[in-house]
Amino acid sequence: MRVPVSWLRDYVALPNEMSGRDVAALLLSVGFEVEGVETVGDVRGQLVVGRVQSIEELTEFKKPIRWCQVEVGQALGAAETPGIRGIVCGARNFSEGDLVVVALSGTTLPGDFTIATRETYGHISDGMLCSARELGLGDDHSGIIILDAGSAEVGADAFPILGLGDEVLEVAVTPDRGYALSLRGIAREAAIAAGVEFADPADQLADLPVATGDALQAASSDKAACDLLVLRTLANFDPSAPTPGFIKSRLAAVGVRSISLAVDVTNYVMFELGQPLHAFDADKISGAITARRANAGETLETLDHVSRTLDPDDLVIADDSGALSLAGTMGGSSSEISDTTTRIVIEAAHFDSVVVARMSRRHKLSSESSRRFERGVDRMIPPVASARAAQLLIEHGGATYAGTTAVETAPDAELIAFDPQLTARISGHTYENENIANILRSLGCELNDADSTWQVKAPSWRPDLSSPIDLVEEVIRIDGYDKVPTSLPTAPNGRGLTDAQKLRRRVGVFLAGRGLVEVRNYPFMGENELNDLSIASDDVRRNTVKLANPLSDEQPLMRSTLLPGLVSAVNRNTSRGFSDVPLFEIASVSFAVASSSEVPRPSVLAKPNQDEIAKLQALVPNQPTHIGAVITGAIQTSGWWGSSPAATWRDAIEIVLALATELGIQVQVQPSDVAPWHPGRCALIKSGDVVIGLAGELSPRVTAATGLPTRSVAFEINLDELMALANTTPAAPQIWTYPVAKEDIALVVANDIAVADLLACITEAAGELLEDVKLFDIYTGSPIPEGHQSLAFALRFRSSDRTLSADEVASARTAAVLAASNKFGAVLRG
Amino acid sequence: MSAPNKSFDPVEVSTLAPVYLDQQVTAALDAIANASDLDELKAVRLLHTGDRSPLALANREIGALPPAAKAEAGKRMGQARGAVNQALEVKTAELEAKRDEQILLTETVDVTAVSELSLRGSRHPLTTIQEQITDVFLALGYELAEGPEIEAEWFNFDALNIAPNHPARTMQDTFFVEHEDSGLVLRTHTSPVQIRSMLNRELPIYVVCPGRVFRTDELDATHSPVFHQVEALVIDKGITMADLKGTLDHFAQTMFGAGIVTRLRPSYFPFTEPSAEVDLQCFACRGASVDNPSAPCRTCRSEGWIEWGGCGMVNPKVLVACGIDPDVYTGFAFGMGLERTLMFRHGITDMRDMVEGDIRFTRAFGLGG
Repeated sequence: MRVPVSWLRDYVALPNEMSGRDVAALLLSVGFEVEGVETVGDVRGQLVVGRVQSIEELTEFKKPIRWCQVEVGQALGAAETPGIRGIVCGARNFSEGDLVVVALSGTTLPGDFTIATRETYGHISDGMLCSARELGLGDDHSGIIILDAGSAEVGADAFPILGLGDEVLEVAVTPDRGYALSLRGIAREAAIAAGVEFADPADQLADLPVATGDALQAASSDKAACDLLVLRTLANFDPSAPTPGFIKSRLAAVGVRSISLAVDVTNYVMFELGQPLHAFDADKISGAITARRANAGETLETLDHVSRTLDPDDLVIADDSGALSLAGTMGGSSSEISDTTTRIVIEAAHFDSVVVARMSRRHKLSSESSRRFERGVDRMIPPVASARAAQLLIEHGGATYAGTTAVETAPDAELIAFDPQLTARISGHTYENENIANILRSLGCELNDADSTWQVKAPSWRPDLSSPIDLVEEVIRIDGYDKVPTSLPTAPNGRGLTDAQKLRRRVGVFLAGRGLVEVRNYPFMGENELNDLSIASDDVRRNTVKLANPLSDEQPLMRSTLLPGLVSAVNRNTSRGFSDVPLFEIASVSFAVASSSEVPRPSVLAKPNQDEIAKLQALVPNQPTHIGAVITGAIQTSGWWGSSPAATWRDAIEIVLALATELGIQVQVQPSDVAPWHPGRCALIKSGDVVIGLAGELSPRVTAATGLPTRSVAFEINLDELMALANTTPAAPQIWTYPVAKEDIALVVANDIAVADLLACITEAAGELLEDVKLFDIYTGSPIPEGHQSLAFALRFRSSDRTLSADEVASARTAAVLAASNKFGAVLRG
Repeated sequence: MSAPNKSFDPVEVSTLAPVYLDQQVTAALDAIANASDLDELKAVRLLHTGDRSPLALANREIGALPPAAKAEAGKRMGQARGAVNQALEVKTAELEAKRDEQILLTETVDVTAVSELSLRGSRHPLTTIQEQITDVFLALGYELAEGPEIEAEWFNFDALNIAPNHPARTMQDTFFVEHEDSGLVLRTHTSPVQIRSMLNRELPIYVVCPGRVFRTDELDATHSPVFHQVEALVIDKGITMADLKGTLDHFAQTMFGAGIVTRLRPSYFPFTEPSAEVDLQCFACRGASVDNPSAPCRTCRSEGWIEWGGCGMVNPKVLVACGIDPDVYTGFAFGMGLERTLMFRHGITDMRDMVEGDIRFTRAFGLGG
């Protein structure tokens, strides 16, 4: 809401020395954030009213130019032409005798453009005739400003006439404060904040003249949606009557374009009093004007020239021929005021805020009017606002008053039972009852404070005040939030983080400790990204949650895997010249649940029961937390000391295994073949029957499709599963101090024997003396037969209670070899 | 060599004469002193203490002396050999030290040539600031509460006193899950976690809830459709706005330094009443830049205060929707944007830096925590 300070001063006796910034601070103190203070037309110097005395057309130039003699008053004229200045002008919208705005030499216009006396088009131009845009008064540059004949004296200062130099506040109004979308509302708040008198513009109206003529009839068939409809009929209106300057300049200051007197007046009164008004051409209306719900299939062309099919939930203003406008939202074309309109009906109504909000959203039509109705408009102001509009049309448009009709359902007189002690209970600060009463009265509340529980009647312009807590807020707000003291509540003994929460931190630190860099990607993705990852159409990762209104049609899905985001982030880094990019992310993914036909919406007037809560929970998709990583290039750096190879499938798998070990989880690795991994370099990592995740090298198809460097590697694991399995209190190991015995064995096995299986077999057969076993070499080639490889294992034996004899070690070793031989056909290499 | 002297005849053995021994000791000590390295010393040792050395040969003659003379000769010999051996020991230690020093000298490297050997991993500052803030409240006895990012509308709106046609629903530009009547949204704030906490936890409630939230803003330098908030919620008997202010001040001081305070400005949120915007006293200039053009402050744009978040007393309607009696319990809640907090705390000028995952950005923050 743009608020010109000069307009505000009409209703609030603010001290003269108060600047726009001071007023902004005042409003801020009562909860109105001022997002900017703007000075209308940044003009410095002399700007005066002039009258065009004569025009000489100069035709010898590429475009028509006028050489004008302009009266500016005796004091300001040029030395050789008393009272006159010669000015060259390119505009053509003026005639001899017109009142214009003259910037004298030395005046600086917006954009730091200073007017100088200079020779141009063969004449000495001594000033400039100004357009609205040149003065920073809006976008109008169709010609220079022409003031209404007789509206100003030649030589007069044009600043106040144009509203130049006025400050305009850009006030942010929260959705509960519909009344503050008006000068009346803001002025009341400013007056309360400043502690000065407020002159309510609604109280300053003179009576309308006696009605003479025919007034259109008003009706409402939905008394809940429209509980007040006031129609004021005017006749003999002069459609050519210009809008007076003060309305034009004030509308420009609040950011509304001037259209015609009738339209400008309705807008002006809306900004002044907060009541949206609509003006109909009465001659285009047949029968009574009725507020009613739309009929199914009914259509209406609105003022924005869109033909709309109406919904039976829409509220319309209609006549006998059909819908004329969307109530409180936008007018219709058929009854629009035109340049031949002489009979006008001003509609001022009170519409239900929810009805207007639904209609506005349904038709994606947010107007100045709907914004106000949605937020609540003063129930009692329509008769006042429509009278004000009628007066302005009579005064400036020569209209005569034909009469008023109205249909009204009296509002309930709701009283709030208010215990003033509640204010202290909520704020922690004590307020004198007298102070509380004064504040409430300053807001317009009527109260009976005779008993300990007060009866409070909120003012009609504050529909947001309906319960005791609303009054509490007002008291604390107006008294000042800064008056509330500070204290620190004592929480009960806390239990700290849960095991899962601690583990999540540990996982992040662990992965970063391994050289990986954390990213936090957007959770949006598209089908294309899944296609690029070669993810099959029946894969669970295709079972995605889809957004109804995605930011980009390319990415309407919520991610079911962290890999697309990681791939994009890696590519962003490589495109910026980095070849070693190890990224990880910890975030939730989602999988759609079968959509339920019934969406639970429990009442908010009591706690939902267990069944309702369970239904709500069931609606929410499963959103497990995943850990994902994509690594391209090396984790170790290369340099003068040597070069480091790029991370391989081994690194991807090993990091997952190391993480499992860190968390005390026993896992097993199985060869697997799941997209987007390389079918021969993909590890499925499980703990017993629980799948932890997948790791390995990305398939060449995937790196080609995504643009990742070839041989990039990745893993994605389920953190929730890890958390469930993690051993947060590991048992301490027994530390045996008897000597270790080391034995190496090399086993020749067929290539399709998995190392993990062989290791498990050796470990079991070697028995309890075996302390550790590691694969330390893989050899192929002569003399190992084709299709076979030699796997060399280092075994460490140790006893808890003695030094092992050579025989004991040899027999354990032999048992291991024998088992490998029996189970996998392994042959001990000599 | 003389034969054993059993006759007790005084036999003059020249090699045991004191003068001779002194000569040999002097010669040995000179040779030791002149040895310049361990190899030379080894030769000196052989020459002067070896089996064929004059002193060793002289020693053998002691047996030829009459018993009365043996003791004195033995003593002289012992002194002579002792002197030589001690000198050898000292010299050996000296030369070994010299040799070791020499080896270390030849092993000298350019210690300035070291650069990063392994890539430095790091955690995202949005992760670590969530932990830092959580820890502030854990220390006060709060617990960390969490909730889903794809959330039921009822938790995100209805229970928070944002009715289906409430203007506040349009003010928060919401991502809806298909189809629009699915009853699901991407949570627009972390406040649904408040509702889940009130429904699931025992009273009193002291929780902190950091998390990712969503609004339909296009990404630019100061907006992102995906961002992070942290909220705190307290429901207890006798909780007042003074408790809210005190908690905010404590939070501000823990994050930004002793003495930093907050300021509340009246505002509106459907789920709190009274509601307020929270301003943080500028921790960089502490207000010194206000109306002081000679010392402008980039952090607060010389306003002295930084917009930090929103807060208020939990609306009784919200308590009722969660089955909590507002006549017995009161509560407060506040929330801040974490991107914004990081931006002014670390001088991040572009929101996109936190989104794009550039390794240079994140690495600057290390492991954090």
